[in-house]
Amino acid sequence: MDPIIILQAGVTTGTVLLFATLGEIFAERSGVLNLGVEGMMLLGAMSGFSVAVKTGNPWLGLVVAMLVGGLISQIHAFISITLQADQVVSGLSLTFLGTGISLVFGEGLSKAGTISLLPAFSIPLLTQIPFLGQIFFTNQSILVYLGYLITPLAWYYINRTRPGLHLRAVGEYPSAADALGINVFLTRYLYVFVGGAFAGLGGATISLAISPGWFSELTTGGQGWIAVGLVIFAQWDPFRAMGGAYAFGALRRLILDIQGPTMIFGLANPFYYNSYLGFFLQMLPYAFTVIVLILGSREAMRKRIGSPAALGNPYIRGERGL
Amino acid sequence: MDHPETQTPANIPLVVTMKGIVKRFPGVLANDHADFELRQGEIHALLGENGAGKSTLMNVLAGLYSAEAGIITVNHKEVEFHSPKDAIKAGIGMIHQHFMLVPSQTVTENILLGMDQPNFRMNINQYDQKIAELGQHFGMEVDPKAKIWQLSVGEQQRVEILKMLYRGANVLIMDEPTAVLAPQEAEVLFTTLRTMVADGKSVIFISHKLQEVMAIADRVTVLRKGKVTAAGVPTLGSTRQELARLMVGRDVVFQMEKTKQEPGEVVLQVQNVHAENDKGLPAVRGMSFEIRQGEIYGLAGVAGNGQRELSQIISGLRKCTEGKILLSGKEISNQPTQFAIENGLAYVPEDRTHVGSAPNLSMTDNVIMKNYRHEPISRGWMLDIPQAQHFAQKLKDAYNIVVPNIDTPVRLLSGGNLQRVILAREISGNPALLVAVQPTRGLDVGAIEGIHKLLLAQREAGAAILLISEELEELLSLSDRVAVIYEGRLMGEVREPDLETVGLMMTGTPLDQIAAPIATGAK
Repeated sequence: MDPIIILQAGVTTGTVLLFATLGEIFAERSGVLNLGVEGMMLLGAMSGFSVAVKTGNPWLGLVVAMLVGGLISQIHAFISITLQADQVVSGLSLTFLGTGISLVFGEGLSKAGTISLLPAFSIPLLTQIPFLGQIFFTNQSILVYLGYLITPLAWYYINRTRPGLHLRAVGEYPSAADALGINVFLTRYLYVFVGGAFAGLGGATISLAISPGWFSELTTGGQGWIAVGLVIFAQWDPFRAMGGAYAFGALRRLILDIQGPTMIFGLANPFYYNSYLGFFLQMLPYAFTVIVLILGSREAMRKRIGSPAALGNPYIRGERGL
Repeated sequence: MDHPETQTPANIPLVVTMKGIVKRFPGVLANDHADFELRQGEIHALLGENGAGKSTLMNVLAGLYSAEAGIITVNHKEVEFHSPKDAIKAGIGMIHQHFMLVPSQTVTENILLGMDQPNFRMNINQYDQKIAELGQHFGMEVDPKAKIWQLSVGEQQRVEILKMLYRGANVLIMDEPTAVLAPQEAEVLFTTLRTMVADGKSVIFISHKLQEVMAIADRVTVLRKGKVTAAGVPTLGSTRQELARLMVGRDVVFQMEKTKQEPGEVVLQVQNVHAENDKGLPAVRGMSFEIRQGEIYGLAGVAGNGQRELSQIISGLRKCTEGKILLSGKEISNQPTQFAIENGLAYVPEDRTHVGSAPNLSMTDNVIMKNYRHEPISRGWMLDIPQAQHFAQKLKDAYNIVVPNIDTPVRLLSGGNLQRVILAREISGNPALLVAVQPTRGLDVGAIEGIHKLLLAQREAGAAILLISEELEELLSLSDRVAVIYEGRLMGEVREPDLETVGLMMTGTPLDQIAAPIATGAK
């Protein structure tokens, strides 16, 4: 129950959530809700691990995982953007599809062998910073460092660049963007792809770096859903997503660790003596997701927390307004 | 109509010509061989009723629609536009009635949207300055860093104009630009337009309001049912009556007959009511007023000042955070809508297709939505369908609703007829209070006359009527008292309103601060 270790592990495992959440932020900022995150993550985890086992090259696995995630997301893009079907239904079916495919192709993969992991290392000077150095810069996977890099870049891209401006306009008021010659459909396809690639990256982060291997659907264990909830919690902001992802990572670790000691704060530890309480704790992140999704789907709440105004609405040219 | 070409000598170059434009929509011939020409440096009004084809014709010019037949030339070169972007390249920019602005983005971001110029990294500050300068040049000052949702409607319109000017537009098409403005804001817009015209730009001004066309335009082209009934007539030397006849095809009554009557007992009491809008921000901040039997209480105001929320509180669709509302002495605020309806509330909502009616249901189903709980429409928990149909048929005849039969889904009805269905449902129960929000929006002149007559008949029958409208002429001619709402507060209430006083209140000046000078000035 060392808080530093819990926080350090939180950053490590939170990186998975961070990638998936960032990807979903891109897709939703363009106006497309993709509930297929869980399925795309599983596919990424499976294909990344599979390629790494076969070729011995985890980097290649990482690239393939992102490609697979991006490509499978285009099914959702086609159904919801071109065919203008309900995004919720299409996204849900993408999760089922992704889970199914990864289970079939992942059959036997758990015994397929070991892989060489993506490197983990400490950053020389930064690791000396008291407290923070231990948490953020000591013996972390390279993907964790990638997370530090990519979050501010994502924020900058969305808020300070021309394509980012177009992305936001398409998600807020597509007909205004269309009237000025921005290709709404192409933009949405692109960012759904980006979302899929990030989800694939998130999945591969599990199977190639932080808890390597393939454990069928338990590999992700529903983290894709938590990511969908985190997007709302983060109010579509990359930095808030980072904070949320790490907090959730730390919570996962805390739930495991708190069941260890017999005594806690000088009292008998109820979580040690009653294992059912442990299950209850493990349920909490998912309960949180359910609550956030329910609150976030209320129209009044959506307006209050600044949800992209066109989120969930297919764009039909020639119709007034959204 | 033979007018001498006094104002615009023929040597002024033509910027745009449209010849024989034909545009068809399913079931409608929107433009029937329409011709139009625009000279450099003029304000040219396009006048016509709703549905006359004005906007369609201009959407063709702006590249939004493509015409089935006809030729467009810009600066004497024949052009073909496939998208608004093509039109903008040729220097033609259209400002739509519904602004095409992203509310959550800043003025500069909205103007830069879709441009090639800022590179990948945007140096926003530099562009902020450019846009501020452009605004100053044309006398339209806006804060480039402000978010669109923070701006007033008038300011948003300026952003739209700047957006087009920034893209180098020489021809500005403005679609009903004053519909959303208070009279004073409209004056500011007119000044801006004159500045632009003096700068060599040309403006096409789409409107159905005769008065403002006479005030702002150099020439006017009138459309009726897709056909041009007057082409490029100078406004100097035309009269309002003449233009009205060209527009409607018959003589028009401008003033409704209103009988004098003394108001009766108090029906509606609104007492210090507060409420929030959908974003959770205060929308109604302490309003109090009373309406009596047999009186029309007109509530004026620019859209978005809390009138929507107020009507929703009274009808029970929104909770108030403070204060209360009494209907015939009973508190109806924060009660189920059913309670207010049982106590004599009738409500004609702003959104007639989604709140006022169920578009896919038949006219019969729509008219029994309020009284289906009672005899004779229902017996116990069963609906008596023949009775319902009898009731619907009765209303159809009494209110002259033009509908193939009472089983027709109401989405197939025209706006005017749908509004009659809603009014028939609401009025037939002899309500104590009728709340009507924008009852004539988007209707043509004939339909408006009909709705006005129904409202006045209710007044004579002794109902208290709250009329919320953005059409000032309508409010002034129908209401016994006119009050103005601004940012959720009442600015004042006048018995014999004049445009200037009401306009000043609409832009946020309380009555007690303006009444004195005008009153003394009149003496």
